Amino acid sequence: MREPRAAPVLVVAVIALACGCTRRQPETTSKGGASLSQASSGGLRRPEEFAQIADRAARSRALFLEASRVFLHPRCVNCHPNGDTPHQGMDLSVHDPPVVRGPDDKGVAGVQCSSCHQDHNLELARVPGAPDWHLAPRAMAWVGKNPREICEQMKDPARNGGRTLAQIVDHNAHDRLVAWGWNPGHGREPAPGTQEQLGQLVADWVASGAECPNEGATP
Amino acid sequence: MIMLKVNGEARELDVDPEMPLLWVLRDVLGLTGTKYGCGQAQCGACTVHLDGEVVRSCVTPVRRAAGRAVTTIEGLSPDGSHPLQRAWCDLAVPQCGFCQAGQIMTAAALLASNPKPRDADIERCLAGNICRCGTYTRIRAAVKRAAQISEE
Repeated sequence: MREPRAAPVLVVAVIALACGCTRRQPETTSKGGASLSQASSGGLRRPEEFAQIADRAARSRALFLEASRVFLHPRCVNCHPNGDTPHQGMDLSVHDPPVVRGPDDKGVAGVQCSSCHQDHNLELARVPGAPDWHLAPRAMAWVGKNPREICEQMKDPARNGGRTLAQIVDHNAHDRLVAWGWNPGHGREPAPGTQEQLGQLVADWVASGAECPNEGATP
Repeated sequence: MIMLKVNGEARELDVDPEMPLLWVLRDVLGLTGTKYGCGQAQCGACTVHLDGEVVRSCVTPVRRAAGRAVTTIEGLSPDGSHPLQRAWCDLAVPQCGFCQAGQIMTAAALLASNPKPRDADIERCLAGNICRCGTYTRIRAAVKRAAQISEE
């Protein structure tokens, strides 16, 4: 009975080896000789740590990659769907009940976001809430996108709500619906770090040229 | 004190601003047509209108209704003659009936914004209203019948 299993095990080993050989190393550890610390679980690297990356463009790319750990977290990506239905949970489940975005990204008559979501979390009912609860427009979809794609999208006024880079910084740093990501209520895992840290990362990214990570780069 | 209108009547309420609107309607004002189902906005039985828009009253703090107009199933029409109520009777929609006030209030918001809804519109709009008796096909037929009644 042992022999028939040998082949699959070998195949798995070969695949694992192949993946190991071709896997791109994290950009942040290989630029300008810089060696960034490991981010703690649920944390972000401190924005000032990126100052050790001497090359401006490399620093900018590394800053965005770090910020993308927030953008790609389920607390954020769940409401940036690439379809008409929001997601929920850590596994991007389809929103229950099956609501749709509607013409203004706030639902349709009968099932608007504000039919259930209030301006604050409801601990007893477990319904999450924050001011102006709504979906990101379809042009701002993050589901299925990689950090480079999100970066290019975020810089493009046609796909970022007509915002300037300064307004992008402000949105990330101060928007009250964005803030919900770190105060999600009812035992939900918050986005990494803090909104203040994200705001600083994005501000430093803009200040360093708003460069986008290379294709395939991951934080 | 919280001032609001309920079914066209001005009300002044001395209640905790965080009290769910459903508690105010049922326990303070005695309007028991609106039902308590799940208490977490998952079933739709407690649906009422706030300035014409649908809200789940079980999760809506009454302070959100301050200065605004609440409409419950009791206020949909003075004599039960709203096209939806007539269609509901014509087609004998309810089985146990517990969810029906919520279904009708949600459908009323749909018809107010879309007088001739297609099947897909109805299903999308009522997706958050659960009927444990499974009267969905009659509900859909009755919404379309109500649209016809309104047109006649």
